[in-house]
Amino acid sequence: MSNNKRFTEEQIKRYSRHIILPQVGGKGQRKLLEAKVLLVGAGGLGSPAAMYLAAAGVGRLGIVDFDRVDLSNLQRQILHGVSDLGRLKTVSAAETLHEINPDVEVVQYQERLSSENVMDIIGGYDMVVDGCDNFPTRYLVNDACVLAGKANVHGSIFLFEGQLSVFLPGKGCYRCLFPEPPPPGAVPSCQEAGVLGVLPGIVGTIQAAEAIKLILGIGTSLNGHLLLFDALDMSFQKVKLRRNPHCAICGDSPTITELIDYEQFCSLAALPRECNTPVGQGGVRA
Amino acid sequence: MPDAVKVDVELDLKGEMCPYTFVRSKLELEEMEVGQVLRVVVDHRPAVENVPRSMKNEGQKVLEVEKVNATDWAIIIRKEL
Repeated sequence: MSNNKRFTEEQIKRYSRHIILPQVGGKGQRKLLEAKVLLVGAGGLGSPAAMYLAAAGVGRLGIVDFDRVDLSNLQRQILHGVSDLGRLKTVSAAETLHEINPDVEVVQYQERLSSENVMDIIGGYDMVVDGCDNFPTRYLVNDACVLAGKANVHGSIFLFEGQLSVFLPGKGCYRCLFPEPPPPGAVPSCQEAGVLGVLPGIVGTIQAAEAIKLILGIGTSLNGHLLLFDALDMSFQKVKLRRNPHCAICGDSPTITELIDYEQFCSLAALPRECNTPVGQGGVRA
Repeated sequence: MPDAVKVDVELDLKGEMCPYTFVRSKLELEEMEVGQVLRVVVDHRPAVENVPRSMKNEGQKVLEVEKVNATDWAIIIRKEL
């Protein structure tokens, strides 16, 4: 009759600071343990998001990343360390997350998201935390979430600035905000872009907080808002977003009915993951 | 403890410290029905104040805190919500 039988003694101790919270309790912690969250990218945004979601006891964390750990990642991608250089990010991530919380099942997807695999992958999850670093993936994730009816916890970064929102089914999407990816010519080259290492730490952590709030059903989510963060000013600005009834994917008469594989914009083929960000449309570097 | 109070669930938390005492009590209470009574026995002195205070904060009714013997205290809580 006691729910203590469902929580192990170790779990009660591990999650005690959650359970104490009136808004969480044992019931909330159980929701977290039963939750399934897909992280797109195990980079700058995905690192803190995954680590906090694992620490919170989210039952299943899927991680999509085909990339390997490079020395230039370590300035911000805190899932990985020197001993991980050259290893697949999903493998490195799974090890780090297991070390934080062996309760969490980590599912690795060592592949590039495409129109071919995205629906199958996100189908097994309650929501997606998008920490990708490129526009083709971001639009693909957005469209797939709209078509599959999944929540999309969006974050992007550029230089010293970050953008966040939560897109819920039927309540607007990334295309309502930015209907199309920027044309390839409009974006600066990979090497021109830079990012403050701690910036994805802040933005990815907020994504984790939003995901946890959605799982628990508490508080007010960023849905219907875009949160803009500027690390130089150390300022947050929250602007209202409205669902666009003419949106090509989530509008009243959608014109996009199947997934699109946009070209990778980056002209530097050797660096497909670390590319281009037009100012004003969020960042791509994660 | 007044005879009128019928205890539905007993929880022995002797040897346990704060905040674990409250966490265990709260988890137990979550599984009970509104109106049911939980009796928690503790021997960690701070828990005698902390558990009742935390329970009140959560909107539960602390019916009684009684010294059972030289080392143990019983906290009797009725589930309100």
